[in-house]
Amino acid sequence: MTGAVLEASGITKRFPGVTALEGVAFAARAGEVHALMGENGAGKSTLIKVLTGVHPRDGGEVRVGGRPIRPRSPREAEAAGIATVYQEVNLIPDLSVAENICLGRQPGRAGFIAWGGVRRRARAALARLGLELDVDRILSACSIAVQQLVAVARALDVSARVLILDEPTSSLDEREVKELFAVIRKLRSEGMAVVFVTHFLDQVYGISDRITVLRNGRLVGEFPAAELPRLQLVSHMLGRPVGEIAAAARAPAPPPRAAQAPVLEVTGFGRRGTLHPVDLRVGAGEVLGLAGLLGSGRTELAELLFGVARADSGQMRVDGRAAEARSPAASLRRRFGFTPEDRKTQAILPNLTVRENVIVALQVRRGIWRRIPRSEQDRLTARFVQALGIKLSGPEQAIRNLSGGNQQKVILARWLATEPRLLILDEPTRGIDVGAQADLERLLAKLRAEGLALVFISSEIAELVRNSQRVVVLRDRSKVAELAGEQVSEEAVMQAIAEKP
Amino acid sequence: MALLGNALFWAALAAVLFGQRRRVAFWPLLALALLLLFDQLCLPGFFGLEIRGGHLYGTRIDILNEGAKVMLLTLGMTLVIATGGVDLSVGAIMAIAGAVAAQASVAAHLPAGAAIALALGVSLLAGAWNGLLVAVLRIPPIVATLILMVAGRGVAQLITGGQIINFNDPALVYLGTGWFLGLPFTLTLVLAAFGLTALLTRRTALGLFIEAIGDSETASRYTGLPAHTVTFFVYVFSGFCSGLAGLVAAADIRSADANHAGLYLELDAILAAVVGGTSLTGGRFHLAGALVGALLMQTLTTTLYACNVSADVAPVPKALVILAACVLQSPTLRARWARRTRPAR
Repeated sequence: MTGAVLEASGITKRFPGVTALEGVAFAARAGEVHALMGENGAGKSTLIKVLTGVHPRDGGEVRVGGRPIRPRSPREAEAAGIATVYQEVNLIPDLSVAENICLGRQPGRAGFIAWGGVRRRARAALARLGLELDVDRILSACSIAVQQLVAVARALDVSARVLILDEPTSSLDEREVKELFAVIRKLRSEGMAVVFVTHFLDQVYGISDRITVLRNGRLVGEFPAAELPRLQLVSHMLGRPVGEIAAAARAPAPPPRAAQAPVLEVTGFGRRGTLHPVDLRVGAGEVLGLAGLLGSGRTELAELLFGVARADSGQMRVDGRAAEARSPAASLRRRFGFTPEDRKTQAILPNLTVRENVIVALQVRRGIWRRIPRSEQDRLTARFVQALGIKLSGPEQAIRNLSGGNQQKVILARWLATEPRLLILDEPTRGIDVGAQADLERLLAKLRAEGLALVFISSEIAELVRNSQRVVVLRDRSKVAELAGEQVSEEAVMQAIAEKP
Repeated sequence: MALLGNALFWAALAAVLFGQRRRVAFWPLLALALLLLFDQLCLPGFFGLEIRGGHLYGTRIDILNEGAKVMLLTLGMTLVIATGGVDLSVGAIMAIAGAVAAQASVAAHLPAGAAIALALGVSLLAGAWNGLLVAVLRIPPIVATLILMVAGRGVAQLITGGQIINFNDPALVYLGTGWFLGLPFTLTLVLAAFGLTALLTRRTALGLFIEAIGDSETASRYTGLPAHTVTFFVYVFSGFCSGLAGLVAAADIRSADANHAGLYLELDAILAAVVGGTSLTGGRFHLAGALVGALLMQTLTTTLYACNVSADVAPVPKALVILAACVLQSPTLRARWARRTRPAR
């Protein structure tokens, strides 16, 4: 390949039990912006960490400017010419802009820092990005966008030939994204090879010259951005062929209950910087699917609905009466339940027993003083362990020792024990084995038949289509489509995800 | 007679040890038993007990009496640590409580009951202050409680006017020096406080909530658990326990000494809780283990004095024993030990 500054081939990376990358090739060319795309678990971050020396690779070759390199730390990768800005700005908020840019490589002599030199260097680094800032300002006083740009300035040492940006826009608003893109374009025109990781399709098409798609740790392909239609890109990311999607056998629509108000209905419901206002409703005996790529606002919507974060616009009606999603506790009293996306940190109480994990939500609803008698706790746990087929050595086992699928079932049991009327399931099948997935889908159908209202979020479009009566599609933090009845198909959902506004 | 008594004591200790062999309290208990064994073998007179005027006297009784303050403190401290926090201000709250009670009795001529109620009320307020900083303003506990740890003694000084206030209201003095059923009254106080705490945490859902918060505050919040409220009241409770300990400390010497009351006892209370099996990272807590931990600390101190180790040097062997007790609980070491004793099948 000609013009490739960074060239990687046959990259393989194994972690205990999983192969994260298998024979992946990637090339970044001078004067181009190259987007790296893929859903969760596709291997984007692993690839970047291998390229930047965070993880040692198990196979393959990396060359910068034709010279093979094997970085063992980000610092070595930097020395080889690969500059990286990670998703979370890893600067020090309480230091000044200049200090952040020069930290670890301050000009000076014999342990003394030449502060004049520090400022000069920082100003030069910022000027290269076309920025003029007061370099003595404390970083935390700057906007997130400026902090992001300072991170870019820091990363771009004199020798940098490749700039990797890992989801740099995930916490920026539109104006700030424009600001960042202007800098990227400037660097590109100067011959920098830019690698750009994001989940926002519009941004990909807004700035990229080339797109590489990964899926399940393998390379799907490298495409010139202009020749890859959006739908095709989404299809590559999700691994579903565009034209050949068979209409999956679907659950029949629920019997019409015209007279009944929906269990939950929101209008103009949103939060600034998190989610543009959306309308949606879900009725008893109905599964409402929420579709969208990662970062599309699915999880944010779920958290607003359950009151984990508070909406700052719109109305909510529960059973037709005005309500407010004030807190998870208020939602619990309303008999709502929520299994969050990040099971490890947001759902399980790792060192507590399976029994305690099952009864905790019900106990919260009953209050501190009305402790659930131990015999009832044991009965409840035994009932759900049996009903959901949870595999464990005993109810007094710590939940952290269960497999992911069984943990997820315990969390489901936690909410089912509260006899909810509405259950919000955010990626309930992520990271669990096929058998457990099938169990969960059966359970979903059963709960729906019993009259539960369900909001179901999944990246697996097939799964979503299979289980939902209606699907709301989100893109770039807005609702872009709502499909019902016969309209619900994988193709339609993918169309909606990919469509240009 | 003495022989029979000792035999009974050891039989009882062995039975308790055996009963706790799979429990967290086993290791501090074992350390305590070993220390007592050393005392029995090497220190004549240490195990002496005698009845004088209907009261039981002896070194072991002294240990229980002297250890009462730390045992009271450690009840609150254990719950605070279980939420993932720490309360450094307990010693300072002791000083405040002692000062309030003394001034209420001496300067305001209040009856003992009112003085005690006032002192405990002020302690609750002090705990609420900590709770406000930690649970509402989200200041890291070590910093939040450090504020009162530093300022509290100043507050106590203000209350006493910089003087050591002596008092002799018999009902107030009884708290620290009284006898009940032939034993020091402080023991009854500790047992009552322990029983109440155990009841409050294990017969209600409070214990579960505290452990859930300490285990994962994020997951607790997602479950609708009122994490902030629970945390707030745990600090209030720790303030209350400190107030009780402060009253005992002041009553014991019949005076309020703002400079020295409860000095460094926060460290003893933290150590007692940790030695007792409650992890500093929060989560599971063990009240009985914490009491054993407090007793271990006191037995150690008393043993060192009995061996004529001077008070200046005493912290060194004390630190060594604590180190041993903590190393015994190290998960890394235990995993390694388990591997070595159970060879691969």
